[in-house]
Amino acid sequence: MTEHDHHHHDDHSELSETELRVRALETILTEKGYIDPAALDAIIQAYETKIGPHNGARVVAKAWSDPDFKKALLEDASKAVRTLGHMGRVGDHLVAVENTPQRHNMVVCTLCSCYPWDMLGLPPVWYKAAPYRSRAVKDPRGVLADFDVSLPKETEIRVWDSTAETRFLVLPMRPKGTDGWSEEQLAELVTRDSMIGTGFPKTPGGPS
Amino acid sequence: MNGVHDMGGMDGFGKVEPEPNEPAFHEKWEGRVLAMVRAMGSAGAFNIDTSRFYRETLPPHIYLASSYYRKWLLGLEDLLIDKGFVTKPEIAAAHAQGKAKPVKKGKFRLEDVEQSLVRGHFERPAPAPAKFKPGDRVRAKNIHPATHTRLPRYTRGHLGVVERILGCQVFPDSAAMELGENPQWLYNVVFDGTELWGPEADPTVKISIDAFEPYLELT
Repeated sequence: MTEHDHHHHDDHSELSETELRVRALETILTEKGYIDPAALDAIIQAYETKIGPHNGARVVAKAWSDPDFKKALLEDASKAVRTLGHMGRVGDHLVAVENTPQRHNMVVCTLCSCYPWDMLGLPPVWYKAAPYRSRAVKDPRGVLADFDVSLPKETEIRVWDSTAETRFLVLPMRPKGTDGWSEEQLAELVTRDSMIGTGFPKTPGGPS
Repeated sequence: MNGVHDMGGMDGFGKVEPEPNEPAFHEKWEGRVLAMVRAMGSAGAFNIDTSRFYRETLPPHIYLASSYYRKWLLGLEDLLIDKGFVTKPEIAAAHAQGKAKPVKKGKFRLEDVEQSLVRGHFERPAPAPAKFKPGDRVRAKNIHPATHTRLPRYTRGHLGVVERILGCQVFPDSAAMELGENPQWLYNVVFDGTELWGPEADPTVKISIDAFEPYLELT
């Protein structure tokens, strides 16, 4: 099998040029002894299978269920999350910010794509793209409308621009009608966007 | 630098378009690029600030027209060439040609993966006490460094309030240029929307940034 067999028609498209370029760089780095390609496979696999919003959802569900944990989370999120175990990858400088009826939090990185990867996985394309990065700090209500989210007029909106190594995790409000629910059940309601501040958790019996 | 990457407050980019059930990667090569950046960073070829700086210095028309991981690829190539880890002829030939320049922590192997997935630690011992405290009114300086900085343009010259102290951390402006970590106090500083965007702006909006001490002055 040669490279040629795969690229009859799209040799000149941006995509195949990019693919060839990526392959070339990996070949060079491997030949020069800088990397083991199997280690790259393992990084990719971790992001595809292990690191995702289910981690953040567990943290939120725990905070909804356990007032002491919630207090610890708001005081020092990195430290609090480490007490949960099975989440060894949480980095330092994690800050949890709490939504209340008076205040809604929303996270952005206007300069690049800073995001709590260890809690939420890889950031979605929209988070890294110009429309969100440009407008979130100037017109957050307009951005929320793009997500079909609207807030009462008087609610304060706090936008956190991630300009250093602090990573922000939004602690959304617990949905009504979930009294007595287990942490596992609650975690099912926590969406990625609700932890960025561009969405709400699912509601019991609502659309999933 | 006043580049196109510093997008806060720009107009004309259109609506945000969320993609339902978005996959981790849209193309296989995207994962390879992410992993190469992680691997070479972990091996000590560069720090995170330098890698950001290389993406920011892509020509504006390329930056705006390239997908996220395409920017990562172009930045990585430029960075590895500039630091002498690969050469332009090697890229053109798609194969190694010369001897490898040693990398600080050695080859990136399978056993290094776990550690590479943990975010770095950026807090450092403070060379001096913090100048500001929560509640202080500060102004984001009107500065325009031509190299890497993390003070977004839309805050420069504006008044805010220190909300919390985030410790003394590696200063990206120095680290990106490989001038040492030069640790500086870091603060979360809150601005009123109307201070940044004028009296017509939504009065319920507040915006905060994490600002290093050299970005700020007392008012």
